[in-house]
Amino acid sequence: MKSLLRLDRRSYNQQKALMGFFYVLPWLLGFIFFFLVPLLSSLRYSLSSVQANSDGLIIHFSGLKNYIEALTVNTEFNRTLADAILNMVINVPLIVIFSLFLAVLLNQKFIGRSLARSIFFLPVILASGVILSLESTSLIQAVNEQNAGAGAIRGLGTFELEGLMLDAGLSEWVVNYLTSAVSRIYSIVSQSGVQILIFLAGIQTISPQLYEASKMEGATGYEAFWKITFPMVSPLILVNTIYTIIDSFSNNTMTDLIRETGFTQFNFGLSSAMAWLYFAAVALILAVSSYLISRKVFYYD
Amino acid sequence: MHANRLVSLERWKKWIWSFVRLTLIAGLSFVILYPVLQKISTAFKDKSDLYSPIVVWLPEHYTLDNFIKAIGIMDYWQALLNTFTLSALTTLLTAMSCALAGYGFARLKFKGSQLLFACVILTILVPPITILIPVYLNLKDFSLMGLIPLLTGGKSVNLLNTYWPFILTSATANSLKAGLYIFIFRQFFRGIPKEVEEAAYIDGAGVGKTFFRIMLPNAIPSIVTVLLFSFVWQWNDSFFTTTYLTSSKVMATQLGSLPYNLQIMLEDGANSKADPFYLSMVQDTGILLAILPLMIIYLFVQRYFVESIERTGIVG
Repeated sequence: MKSLLRLDRRSYNQQKALMGFFYVLPWLLGFIFFFLVPLLSSLRYSLSSVQANSDGLIIHFSGLKNYIEALTVNTEFNRTLADAILNMVINVPLIVIFSLFLAVLLNQKFIGRSLARSIFFLPVILASGVILSLESTSLIQAVNEQNAGAGAIRGLGTFELEGLMLDAGLSEWVVNYLTSAVSRIYSIVSQSGVQILIFLAGIQTISPQLYEASKMEGATGYEAFWKITFPMVSPLILVNTIYTIIDSFSNNTMTDLIRETGFTQFNFGLSSAMAWLYFAAVALILAVSSYLISRKVFYYD
Repeated sequence: MHANRLVSLERWKKWIWSFVRLTLIAGLSFVILYPVLQKISTAFKDKSDLYSPIVVWLPEHYTLDNFIKAIGIMDYWQALLNTFTLSALTTLLTAMSCALAGYGFARLKFKGSQLLFACVILTILVPPITILIPVYLNLKDFSLMGLIPLLTGGKSVNLLNTYWPFILTSATANSLKAGLYIFIFRQFFRGIPKEVEEAAYIDGAGVGKTFFRIMLPNAIPSIVTVLLFSFVWQWNDSFFTTTYLTSSKVMATQLGSLPYNLQIMLEDGANSKADPFYLSMVQDTGILLAILPLMIIYLFVQRYFVESIERTGIVG
């Protein structure tokens, strides 16, 4: 105890370690109070039947009843979860590829580059939370598109593109995937702001000498991308994939369902069980995708 | 010589690529700006313009009626002030606590700090909805592990509908996406050369002084990034705001209940059959009003933001 109070007797490294603990302490307190304890009690609720009354909560252990109810009795859970996962599987590759492409584009030198950059990061500010959900129900938007004929033009464009690609011998599945991406371009652009930033920052850490050398050897820009840029940013593909997955899971129809079960129907047990099943699904997807990608990732050192 | 250059394949390729690039960037910029431009155009339109086939972008009858209605229904100025206070408060606290934690994890290693950092990553990975109910119940009967009842005589405090949930979580680096900010700070501090720090130690500065005088001024890019992200995401957040602050007037809740309030107001008025298109028009104006302050802020800081993020070291 005496030595703990006398800082000056401690070695430089010990002092730093002690200070390190103090620096992390605020977070640690928050972690325990607002994360760990709630996480454990959520697990406990999910295994119990919870009833709220004026004295507080009455919790009875009921085993896996809530989980079974969520998976077999509840009419919405399975469908909503499947929808959320399907949406993610469709969107994440598109967003990652699209944002890498745009980052490369925005890294090149052209007139109006800084303007273009600030426009492309605008979605970071605009597209989130309540604005996005209101936006999707906006009638004006729909009507104006009809009036301006934007819908027709867009439909036509996609249609022609579709025929072109089918003629080129691409499989129908791939074509459908791509054309649906074209018609969902706004939602893809608006979800890739942060990812573009991360890729752009990554590309700028690549040393210019590599490009110079490859140019001397006669490599085209296309080759330079696949041989230099792509391997060098591949660790960031992993980062961005994980970020996109988490982002797509933080606010969707599934979270709405869990919330509604908890706060409208006051079925805390069932809601917690749903939340845990959801977390398990997210964790599984994260594990699988990071395993698959990290096998291909190139590390510089 | 001259003709030779003109037909050079390389040159043509360059020109074509420039053209393709321009088209792509212009097109995508348009896709991003289109909804915003449309909202601005709609906001100034009169009701009659809505059905006029000749009005597409520029309204025939300019009016501020939509703005007046939306401002009235949303109690805009009050909501603006509240949202600004809340966002600024949480942003400052979050940035401070996350910078401390980030520095601790990056440079002041202690026994078990690796394990704790793994816990930071865990907080990023667990969907917030998983712990929402226990946190909510905890804040409803906030007792701080039985300490508060000792002081107040057996009563816990209800922290819902106050700013306390936000203050407490952001002061302890556990607010919205705080794990990400800790990660950003840690990556950045790891990127600063160790020599800088050691020089300060040799000159006799303690850990605290080194952090505040040497490391923080060097970390301005990452601070800007975290400040902006945290402010914007708090401003737009509906997930926590609508749970903790059900009856307070902040932008997210006001915007969320705007369609409903609008319906009530118009039903009561002379217009007994509320026109859905007209509702949508006022609603769009409301959204525009909500994001307008952010866009104005962005206009001023975007240059700094775009530059700073490239030096942030998210990349590590």
